[in-house]
Amino acid sequence: MIQIHCPYCCELLPEQEFAYAGEAHIVRPEDPGALSDEAWRDYLFLRTNARGPYHERWRHVHGCSRFFNALRDTVSDRILVTYRMGEAPPAPPSEEGGDA
Amino acid sequence: MRNTFRLPDTGRIDRGKPVSFRFNGTQHTGFVGDTLASALLANGVHLVGRSFKYHRPRGFLSAGAEEPNALVTVTRGAGRTTPNLPATMIELYEGLEAHSQNHWPSLSFDVGAVNDLLHPLFAAGFYYKTFMWPRSFWDKVYEPFIRQAAGLGKSPTQRDPDIYTSRHAFCDVLIVGAGAAGIAAALAAAKTGAQVILADEQAKPGGTMLKEHPARIDGAPSDTWLHTSLATLREAENVTVLERTCAFGVYHENFIGLRQALTDHQADLPPDQPRERLWKVRAKAVVLAQGAIERPMSFSGNDRPGVMLAGAARTYLNGHGVCVGHRPVIVTSNDTAWQSAFDLAGAGMSVSAIVDVRDTVAKGLVARADRAGIAVFTGSQVLGTSGRLRVSSITISSPKHAGQKKIACDSVLMSAGWTPSLHLWSQASGAIAWDDALQAYVPDGGLDGVFVAGAGSGKFGLAEALVSGWRAGAHAVASAGFELTAQAPAFKVRGEAISSPATPALTHPQGRAFVDFQNDVTTKDIRLAVQEGFRSVEHIKRYTTTGMATDQGKTSNINALATSASALGVAPHEAGLTKFRPPYTPITFGTLAALRRDETFQPVRKTPIDPWAEDKGAVFEPVSLWRRARYFPKAHETMHQAVARECRSVREGVGMFDASTLGKIEVVGPDAAEFLNRLYVNAWTTLKPGRCKYGVLLGEDGFIRDDGVIARIAEDRFHVTTTTGGAARVLTMMEDYRQTEWPDLKVWLTSTTEQWAVIAVNGPNAKRLIEPFIEGIDLSDETFRHMSYAEGTIAGVELRLFRVSFTGERGYEINVPASEGLRIWDMLHAAGADHGLVVYGTETMHVLRAEKGYIIVGQDTDGTVTPQDAGLAWAIGKKKPDFVGKRSLTRPDMLLPDRPQLVGLLTADAGKVLEEGAQVVSDWSATARPLGHVTSSYWSEALGRSIALALVAGGHDAMDTEVTVVAGRDMASATITGTVFYDPKGERINA
Repeated sequence: MIQIHCPYCCELLPEQEFAYAGEAHIVRPEDPGALSDEAWRDYLFLRTNARGPYHERWRHVHGCSRFFNALRDTVSDRILVTYRMGEAPPAPPSEEGGDA
Repeated sequence: MRNTFRLPDTGRIDRGKPVSFRFNGTQHTGFVGDTLASALLANGVHLVGRSFKYHRPRGFLSAGAEEPNALVTVTRGAGRTTPNLPATMIELYEGLEAHSQNHWPSLSFDVGAVNDLLHPLFAAGFYYKTFMWPRSFWDKVYEPFIRQAAGLGKSPTQRDPDIYTSRHAFCDVLIVGAGAAGIAAALAAAKTGAQVILADEQAKPGGTMLKEHPARIDGAPSDTWLHTSLATLREAENVTVLERTCAFGVYHENFIGLRQALTDHQADLPPDQPRERLWKVRAKAVVLAQGAIERPMSFSGNDRPGVMLAGAARTYLNGHGVCVGHRPVIVTSNDTAWQSAFDLAGAGMSVSAIVDVRDTVAKGLVARADRAGIAVFTGSQVLGTSGRLRVSSITISSPKHAGQKKIACDSVLMSAGWTPSLHLWSQASGAIAWDDALQAYVPDGGLDGVFVAGAGSGKFGLAEALVSGWRAGAHAVASAGFELTAQAPAFKVRGEAISSPATPALTHPQGRAFVDFQNDVTTKDIRLAVQEGFRSVEHIKRYTTTGMATDQGKTSNINALATSASALGVAPHEAGLTKFRPPYTPITFGTLAALRRDETFQPVRKTPIDPWAEDKGAVFEPVSLWRRARYFPKAHETMHQAVARECRSVREGVGMFDASTLGKIEVVGPDAAEFLNRLYVNAWTTLKPGRCKYGVLLGEDGFIRDDGVIARIAEDRFHVTTTTGGAARVLTMMEDYRQTEWPDLKVWLTSTTEQWAVIAVNGPNAKRLIEPFIEGIDLSDETFRHMSYAEGTIAGVELRLFRVSFTGERGYEINVPASEGLRIWDMLHAAGADHGLVVYGTETMHVLRAEKGYIIVGQDTDGTVTPQDAGLAWAIGKKKPDFVGKRSLTRPDMLLPDRPQLVGLLTADAGKVLEEGAQVVSDWSATARPLGHVTSSYWSEALGRSIALALVAGGHDAMDTEVTVVAGRDMASATITGTVFYDPKGERINA
């Protein structure tokens, strides 16, 4: 059970309080009707599925109920940083600086 | 026999407290401080079990948690039967009752032992090779046979009367293992005031110190040092010492599972006390001081009773005052086993020989052996042993004697080196490296917040354990944010046991030596696996099952690795090591379940009207976490009869239904209509307050996620209903869009599912039943027509009234505050007699809605069904430029004509009720095409025949087509129809 820092509650809390919500920074297109079938398919189904630092969404479902973003290393399964919705994503750490 | 093998004046047992116990029905005596193993050995009992595959007689291999052979069943009254317990870990208590396993008719004469003679049949992969043909034997012959033969002990059949508990704990430093290293670590960490937990799987902390002759630590006997140190730790307020507590798993970020045994060692079970406790510990730092496990030698006949680990013999001698034999032979590849020879000789045993595979051995050792009168054979290999139920001789190759030599003995004590216990380190993702001197893996590099000490880190001996333990404790407590100012004690050790386990490369005899004793895997099996093409140790492990028994290969992994590597022609470190996984030792389901069983296993949600239904003898069914009344049988009624009666009464008179479980979400704010407009397929901005509409919710993929009636109760306020099971999901989806896609919209969401009790009143007499109680709402059809909404009072109680129908009859849904639900229900029920009222359950609700072709999301849809597929395209707001999922509805695959589409099915035989889930095929021929499946199927009382809904490929354009419906051997023909079976014009809504 990993521990997650909720950027709204500002506390480090057990994973049990949270729910995973998929890759982050995938913005719903402004006008889906204008998109080609391929572009819409990519929006729906294509995900980075990174090995290493990965931007993803979590929700503090048994707490403040807010969605927020996290940078998680999928190799070490550690959350490197969490940040609020709307905040710019932090760059993944360099190879050496990684927490892997 | 009465403790014939017990020695006077040795051991750390309490001789003032004799204990009697029974093994296989025979009465024996031991002492407090004995394990079942040591007490049996004291009585000369070596034969304690039969092996898994070959039913070979087996004795004790070890003296600890690594024991693969001596698994027994302990019984202590009804429901308290525990199979597969290692006798080496069972504390003796007065009246203990244990039995051996895996034999018939008796332990000493076991018919299954014929397997041993047939051993070529049972080689690696024999299941896959043997149980192949003919196909018809799979479930009739092979499976029953394998099930009968599989497993060691027998599962208990009675309910476990014990209780189990669990708790969370947070600490600065958790130390696993309370041997010298762990205690030194705890002393260091505790000095800073940090919160420390020290856990040890044994009854008494002390580890190896309890298994050796006392040494001297800083001038005091080691037993005194141990006693003083433990007293210091126990008295410290910041230290928790947990005995009988096994750390079975390390999970993310130093989250550690401990299993604490609380009552199993007690003669009289205290009433109402938990048997075991699960500790879920989050530690800032962890010290692993688990020690090392001795390895057996691989030689033919290395599994006979009386053949055991040399260190185990020393434990029984120094720990329990038991000699495992009067004429032992030592077989070793390293120095530590020599200590066993010296200790046993010192205790008066006649040690027949020390057989060391090494050509040269330290002169000091040989001289000491000479002084003790022990014959020494160096550069020797073991060729075999003999003795049916107990080893009686050993044959060795001896360069000195130019050939073979047979030595009579009553025990063989072996040591092929020591394996540091890396289980938890590996679980914590710690790296490992091969140590050629030890012929074992040791921890490699560091790990955040995890520190290894003592033999577990490859540092052997008491002095090393103390020094590395203190250091690990200091590092751990520093990483947890504490400063250790105290100086380390000198830890001057004198008189310690021989502790250097430096081991030459392991040998690989060509015979049939046992590697994994518990799963009966031999060197031959491993060589065969390699010969058959297996290369990865992970594959060899799975194919041969080595290391896969309940002991998790504690004694066998390195020997299996060495044999594999030798067969593959590579160095052991090139072959790699299989991954360690929790649990370290088996733990009970009780521990993991703890208090979550029976009514606390999963919370049951009940509606405010549930007590009424229970009182009336309703039959309940679970619907997500809710329990709902399924039907209300009168005396002697079957479900079919009850449902038919309920259906009839609703259509002829009026029915009342508890719909409180409907999900409800209040959507409020100036942008509430816009918000719903973007989410649901329907047009919401044009919906007037006081009206409601059937809403359909899709995912972005265009598939139906949920549905439900939504009422606009004010310009800026909607009462959204969802399916019973979908309430939480829909709220999550709404929150997701509100928070992340459209944070600019002014809208707020509140779950109100449990705030409202909902009474659905349906039937031609519905209005007549409720009208007298309602104030503030004009129920006339002109002002309150179908799909209307209004607020008023009912019997003086706040009321939200919907004019909706899920039955096709005139319908009202009465929403009152949950606290008033039962009272209003009772009141309406009392008034119902005049109107032909029936109370109906979910089963009748299902039939009535199916007669009208109303879908149930999740039953008639499965996550791949679009509104078009479900015949709900009419619900889509045609003028809306966008809503969630709209773009997907025109993706090429969504427009294919042969998509599964929801249709009705009428069977040729009107009395035939199809099976839900049955397959729909074009016909019954060799060229039949699969078309889909039945989603709903019932007996329709109103139509006097069966009806069904089905998803059928291209079904919408296949009306009146005949199809075949198949379920197992059952086959029926049916015709495709529309989905509305009853009152297709919808006239009854206003009847």
